[in-house]
Amino acid sequence: MSETSENHVSMRTRLPSFIRRADPAVLTAFGCILLLLFLGSLYSSNFLSPDYLLQQLKVASFLGVVAAGMMVVILLGHIDLSVPWVMTAGAMMACAVAGFGNTGSVAAIPVGILCGVAFGLLNGIGVAYLRIPSMIVTLASNVVAQGLMVVYTGGFSPQDSAPPAVRWLATGAVVPGLPNAILVWLAISAAMVFLLTRTAFGRAVYGIGNSERAAFLSGVATRSVVMIAFVVSGALSAFGGVLLAGYASKAAQAMGDAYLLPSIAAVVLGGTSILGGRGSYLGTVAGVILITLLQSILSVMQMPEAGRQIVYGVVIIAMLLLYGRAPPNR
Amino acid sequence: MTPAETPPPLFRMEGVSKRYGGVRALEKAQLEVAPGRIHAILGENGAGKSTLIKIMAGVVAPDEGRILLDGQEVTFRSPAEAAAAGIACVFQELSLIPDLSVADNIVLSNPPRRFGMIDRGAQRALAEEALARAGAEDIHPRAAVKDLPLSRRQMVEIAKALASKPRALILDEATSALTAADVAKVFAVLKRLREEGLALLYISHRMHEIAELADTCTVFRNGRNVATFTAGSRSNSEIIEMMIGREYSNVFPPRQPVAKPAKAPVLECRNLGWTDRLREISFSVGEGEVVGLGGLEGQGQRLLLLALFGVLRGTTGSVLVDGSPVTISGPAVARKPPLAMALIPEDRKTEGLMLPMTVRENLSFAALDRVSRGGVIDRTKEEQLIDDMVRLLEIKTAGLDIPVGTLSGGNQQKVVIAKWLMRKPRIILLNDPTRGIDVGTKQELYQLLRRLAQAGAAIVFYSTDYDELIGCCDRVLVLYDGRVVRELEGDTISERALIASALNVEAGQEGSAI
Amino acid sequence: MSEWRYWLNEQRGTLTGLAIFLVMFVIYVANHPAGFTANVVHTAANKGVLLAFVAMAQALVVITAGIDLSVGMILVLTNCLASWIVVGGAVPTALGVVAVLSTGVLCGAINGILVIYGRLQPIVATIATGAVYFGLALLLRPFPGGSVNEDLADALTGRLFGVIPSSLVALAAVVVLIWLPFRRSVAGRAAYAAGSSESAAFMSGVPIRRGKFAAYLLGGLLAGMGGLFLTFFTYTGEAAYASGSAYTLWSIAAVVLGGVSLYGGRGSAVGAIFGAFAARTTGDMLFAFDVDPLWQPLLQGVVLMIAVSIGSLALLRVRNRLDWFR
Repeated sequence: MSETSENHVSMRTRLPSFIRRADPAVLTAFGCILLLLFLGSLYSSNFLSPDYLLQQLKVASFLGVVAAGMMVVILLGHIDLSVPWVMTAGAMMACAVAGFGNTGSVAAIPVGILCGVAFGLLNGIGVAYLRIPSMIVTLASNVVAQGLMVVYTGGFSPQDSAPPAVRWLATGAVVPGLPNAILVWLAISAAMVFLLTRTAFGRAVYGIGNSERAAFLSGVATRSVVMIAFVVSGALSAFGGVLLAGYASKAAQAMGDAYLLPSIAAVVLGGTSILGGRGSYLGTVAGVILITLLQSILSVMQMPEAGRQIVYGVVIIAMLLLYGRAPPNR
Repeated sequence: MTPAETPPPLFRMEGVSKRYGGVRALEKAQLEVAPGRIHAILGENGAGKSTLIKIMAGVVAPDEGRILLDGQEVTFRSPAEAAAAGIACVFQELSLIPDLSVADNIVLSNPPRRFGMIDRGAQRALAEEALARAGAEDIHPRAAVKDLPLSRRQMVEIAKALASKPRALILDEATSALTAADVAKVFAVLKRLREEGLALLYISHRMHEIAELADTCTVFRNGRNVATFTAGSRSNSEIIEMMIGREYSNVFPPRQPVAKPAKAPVLECRNLGWTDRLREISFSVGEGEVVGLGGLEGQGQRLLLLALFGVLRGTTGSVLVDGSPVTISGPAVARKPPLAMALIPEDRKTEGLMLPMTVRENLSFAALDRVSRGGVIDRTKEEQLIDDMVRLLEIKTAGLDIPVGTLSGGNQQKVVIAKWLMRKPRIILLNDPTRGIDVGTKQELYQLLRRLAQAGAAIVFYSTDYDELIGCCDRVLVLYDGRVVRELEGDTISERALIASALNVEAGQEGSAI
Repeated sequence: MSEWRYWLNEQRGTLTGLAIFLVMFVIYVANHPAGFTANVVHTAANKGVLLAFVAMAQALVVITAGIDLSVGMILVLTNCLASWIVVGGAVPTALGVVAVLSTGVLCGAINGILVIYGRLQPIVATIATGAVYFGLALLLRPFPGGSVNEDLADALTGRLFGVIPSSLVALAAVVVLIWLPFRRSVAGRAAYAAGSSESAAFMSGVPIRRGKFAAYLLGGLLAGMGGLFLTFFTYTGEAAYASGSAYTLWSIAAVVLGGVSLYGGRGSAVGAIFGAFAARTTGDMLFAFDVDPLWQPLLQGVVLMIAVSIGSLALLRVRNRLDWFR
């Protein structure tokens, strides 16, 4: 095994350094983005227009924020299935608070995020301290979040329109021509890169994903790291929901349903191992853009939803078969 | 050397070699196993016995050499092929499926079928028969394997091997987990199998067992078979000489006389216990002292280190550091001052390192709190500490940004040690740190240990290599069945004393020839 | 220990699932305005059977230490297909049923091939195949519609002798004809062995791949049966994304409630059936208590959360912290 990895290293040392440092999976993902744009431009030159590209980045930013949180959890070797309703809960609570006049408007975004933090804590305690498989804990908290929201919206007709601040954050533009949502995504991305590459927490996340035993025996407080990761994921899901509410001007039930699988797919297509421990944030960005672009091009080509789903699934399988396979004969 | 009346061999190995990375596990080994005989294999830890068995059982493929069965050359690509050829193996690491029942496991390789379905009645009968043959009628065929204690599982493993009606049966430390009553039953079974004409290969550390059972003995040392003789023709002490050999390849740094200081020892254990695996362990380690842990594998040495590092819950007794009692709730507490402990774990690939991560990330992993401020890593400081360590330990690597898994075993182990030295620990616990690494690196580690001790560290050093214990340690505690059975100091640390106390026989015992 | 105690021990997970279900069901029936009548049982059975099929499918895959996130979509796809072809006279209907079930098998086979021979992680591979299956469903039924042979549908969703829900009989038949033979086959044992300890299974020469593949294949078949029954209940086909993913998620919950270990090797599809019925009954409980139905999802969530937390009590017995990391 070590011999093959040595060959691999020597082969890669012949490449230019900036390529050598990049993960082949990330390069493949970016290559696919370029390929998609090229194919799109054959269909219509609009695909290369700045307006279209900016619009795509704006749409991608909601998925991008959610996928950032998902990535931290996946790097640990876990998964967060509570994304859909945590997003919805964040959005609904933000809109609800906005009903309370000026203070409410100010508090809308923090309250939305705090909702996500609360669900993240629930997930984190379940996974880190009770050691329940993350798949089932997050599934259960998704149902709890759904239940809470159903109770909340059902009893009375709640305030569901997004407050101006939230709308501004999602659709306004501080820099003319550049939607704020993209800036928010950029800021979160910068924070994620910093968190994952420059902090002790980030190193611990990768360490736990590779070998939780080794991390524990190295004296890392593995349980707190796992819990914090789920809190981050919850917070970012909720924040993504708040942004989405701003974009759509209102919070609605099931608004997060379309984000669970794409967020996992984006992370995995970006070269992050679903088993944890391996992957770069840049790859996740590439995965998010790739998925958004794929969906957009298919819809612009007026491919019916059915065809879009099929192409979407086949592309993911094809890319995984290209570079996501487990080593042979265990 | 084999006596004339020995029947022609059933199984024969010629010039079989196997290397793992740079380490030779087996070197041109020869072995003949005859039907109707019990053939004992002796050797120190790491003499190549397990590799030999794995090759026979088809688990690993040899690098070179021939294997003959009934005079025909054979190659086993998988355990299933070896089993089909009539070779059954009772593994030390159990090959049972924990969630299945005893009966399911016994017939696992080839369950009885009727109309394409597994015939449960026949399976039950087969299992009961196999359990009876193994003398383990007390085990219920329907019990789940995971609910059985280790000794019962070992008996199931034996029954499973018997159920395949083998022609050759390999037992690798098969009695290590058994009670005395079970051992007697297993012996009766083995003797009966010998009469039925099976070829039996018996690996054990227990001299008296071999004395009772074996017809022929082969001694292995450093991956080679050094002697084969008829059982009973050599005395215990002669056999121990053969196992030790006279090849002293290691040079150890001179021991410094440890001045007994007036102050309290750095680390002290009083009546430390944990479940039934560690019992009443008391010892102390002073500043500048290297205390070795010896004995056969699995006698509690590894658990003792884990207990000291706060990994085990529910330990009894007390641990004192600098004379004051401490509570160690986990590695996160153990590594911080005032304890400042470090543990070089048993398995560097899963416990010491994150193989796919870079050398740099691995080196600073345990010391991130020391090179970061407010959780943010100070890269300059990290770089500097890493450079120091790479230089100090002479870690040979093509760069700091390559996966640590691409380094050689010795350099990987250096990374594990370096990552802990970055914390400047006062108490260093080492769990067999030289296993599977090359001779050169071993020498460097010995020098390093002595330097660390001279700089004031208290070191607890578990090794499966007796040479190391003799060469490196100021004192050695020999463990047997979770207890310290003997404490050797200074010149009394000899191979003879170590092996004798590890086997729990008296060193001068010459009488009971085997 | 006598024979029956071993039996109890073997069936512990399944019996826990049964116990959870019985407790829920008794509370439900006791508080139901109509009480324990054939009608109440009939409605409960029909609601539970669909999830039971999907949960069985999930259990088969989970036993091999895998997961199938496409089960819900296989259900939706087969539902849409059935709404086209399970129509007409006896022969076309029979052929239609065979085609629908074969589609389920094919879906399971694709999952199995990707996971076993493609060496993809089950979780992502089945997410992707799920998208494909849903796309195909949408292709078949862009809008809800279609029909089904109503005689057959009524026969399979009605009551036998006026008391026994025939959907339950069908479920029992599937257990007897598919699950029990699988469990007692060499492939079934290989599936358990591979899920429990793949390395020990390899050492013992167990046909690991065959076992895993059979599990995925039968999982597809069972999900296809779920789709067929969905058509019998609704008389239409609908490619509803939300319903597909809800079935997938609840199948995982049902499997856990039914005592199947997500780490593989332990549990049975029968337990998953009880888990499915328990999950369904939880949803109906508050109706019986005459509480606002709005509270239903929340109660389900809380019960699920508590049920999965109970298992973690075993952690208290762990004496060596390294045993936390499997």
